[in-house]
Amino acid sequence: MRTIDVIGSAVSNTFRSKTRTLLTILAIFIGAFTLTITTGLGTGINRYIDDTVASVGASNGMTVSKNAPDAPTGDGPRAYDPNASTTRQGPTLTAVELMDDSDVTALRAIDGVTSVTPIDAITLDWVRHGDGTQYQAAIGGFFSGSALQLAAGAQPSDTSSELQVAIPANYVDSLGFDDAASAVGQTITLGLTDGAHQAQQVDATVIGVANPSLGGAGTTLVANTALSANLHDLQSTGLPAAQQGQFRQASIRFADSGNAQDVTALKTRLTDAGYTGQTVADQLGTFKTVIDAIVVVLNAFAIIALLAASFGIVNTLFMSVQERTREIGLMKAMGMGSGKVFGLFSLEATFIGFLGSAIGAAIGIGVGSLVGNALGKVLSNLPGLHLIAFDPLSVLGIVLLVMAIAFLAGTLPALRAARQDPIESLRYE
Amino acid sequence: MPAPILSLHDVHKSYGRGATRFDALKGVSFDVLEGESLAIVGKSGSGKSTLMHLMALLDQPTSGTIALSGTDAASLHGRTLNTTRNKTFGFVFQQFFLTSGASVLENVILPLKIAGVGRSERRRRGLEVLARLELDDKARNRASDLSGGQKQRAVIARALVNDPRVIFADEPTGNLDTATGAVVEDILFTLNREQGITLIIVTHDEELAARCDRAIHVRDGLIIDAEAVAA
Ligand SMILES: Nc1ncnc2c1ncn2[C@@H]1O[C@H](COP(=O)(O)OP(=O)(O)O)[C@@H](O)[C@H]1O
Ligand SMILES: [Mg+2]
Repeated sequence: MRTIDVIGSAVSNTFRSKTRTLLTILAIFIGAFTLTITTGLGTGINRYIDDTVASVGASNGMTVSKNAPDAPTGDGPRAYDPNASTTRQGPTLTAVELMDDSDVTALRAIDGVTSVTPIDAITLDWVRHGDGTQYQAAIGGFFSGSALQLAAGAQPSDTSSELQVAIPANYVDSLGFDDAASAVGQTITLGLTDGAHQAQQVDATVIGVANPSLGGAGTTLVANTALSANLHDLQSTGLPAAQQGQFRQASIRFADSGNAQDVTALKTRLTDAGYTGQTVADQLGTFKTVIDAIVVVLNAFAIIALLAASFGIVNTLFMSVQERTREIGLMKAMGMGSGKVFGLFSLEATFIGFLGSAIGAAIGIGVGSLVGNALGKVLSNLPGLHLIAFDPLSVLGIVLLVMAIAFLAGTLPALRAARQDPIESLRYE
Repeated sequence: MPAPILSLHDVHKSYGRGATRFDALKGVSFDVLEGESLAIVGKSGSGKSTLMHLMALLDQPTSGTIALSGTDAASLHGRTLNTTRNKTFGFVFQQFFLTSGASVLENVILPLKIAGVGRSERRRRGLEVLARLELDDKARNRASDLSGGQKQRAVIARALVNDPRVIFADEPTGNLDTATGAVVEDILFTLNREQGITLIIVTHDEELAARCDRAIHVRDGLIIDAEAVAA
């Protein structure tokens, strides 16, 4: 028998007992549907996190701070250090040592570090458009190589001498712009206080409007290099000499080999030198781990459903072999090999698995997209988040996995059919 | 004299082992000539079907040899054995063994499908053989919609479709009324006469046996002389 005829016969045999096949397919459908949705959830959230990593910082960048000399050994509070500055990272209060030019030199000397840029903390007093109301605002520098999730306009330019700023989407209305697009290219005014307690202001061009996303990106103004330098100079004006040129954090770049071990090695070298380095992936990594764990648990439930369904396949095929005893005997008497008989029944099982999983995946994608869009509206403060997203490869993977499970479930009945003795099957007295 | 198409020499067949051992055939020897019609006659339980299964290479004898056109059947295995059976033999059983949901044509071309014949060729040969048995107008019907006589004609069409050299018929008229049975008998004997297909009919019907060129009588696993039957 030709392979194509084995497949054709298996497919048409599938539809011989329609109700039974339908019920089996339904059971597989439920498992495949669930698996599609849960995997889609994982894909959607992780894809969003990956996009966010790009918006928060480049993958070859790290934020470095200097460790306080007397790192605490117990749970108790540490002694006050006039030279340290306290930062709050989430719920933990961390003291960092202020850094200066000597630290830049020290960091540059560390193996693997290609560049060091001090992060100048700039404190803005207000932002205003034209003669409008002054609003409170925070501003940060822009890492080249990273990307904001833009609602309009372009990314701030590293190289331009123009003073550029990207504003968060929720400032558009307040500053008196009609919409994000009309804000782009307009001039806004930033106000700050210099070292001599004098009020200063700088005009900057709105280069882009950023959507808020995870990690705090898009919730503050973002200055390009030219504006950062300008604001920093202004802020330092009139400071006592001892306090000039000090900063709390530096951003470093390193040669990106794409190898996680190299990043870990670099962090160890930083620690040895008395610094702490954190990549953006570190900051979001924990979050990703939690999402992955949840998806694994959900997938486990879907797999259990599929395993239950595979017993349905075993049952369906045993009944089918039973009913077709005579037919199998006849085919074997007519010279059909045992291998082909095995193929006929295991292909029938695989085809049932294919039907259930293909329908399950298709409907799963449909329902998942609808629900994902509906949830997207509820979670509208995180634009760009598609809670459920589908990756063609993983959907294909699900269909193939279910077909493999179905094939395995079919082997038992198929073996029984293949081993059948034609004489026994044809005996009728 | 042509080589016999089937040659049995001192064939024994036992079922079971030890205390439950049952000797169904106790030393059977005879030849079947190409193109003849042979009846295997005997009471129920005498060993006719066992004998037929051995001749059709569906089973191996416990001892003794069976040769197909001079080749020892014991030397045929696996794929070779399957191909030989597919090309050489056609089967007509007392029960029809038609797949009821499938069309008559689908049922008839099953041996061709197993042989690996292409789709259009299968169809052509299937319709041709159905026409010979005056069933071509039923080709599209479901097998379950046929009458008893039509079913047996469909079964004969299936046995014929791959141009076999031997047709085995186990009680071919057992499930048919006398008139329809006679029609089916005529078809089989015509095939034997006109196409030279060797016909081996297993039956307990002496009248049918008498229409054959030759009859072999089996009793308790042994062949008995024709004279002994007459006596
Ligand atoms: N697989 C088997 N196991 C045990 N005994 C069998 C088996 N097949 C047939 N027999 C016995 O062998 C004898 C001959 O059977 P069979 O060839 O079918 O007879 P017939 O076709 O002449 O009625 C019977 O007594 C039957 O019970
Ligand atoms: Mg019998």
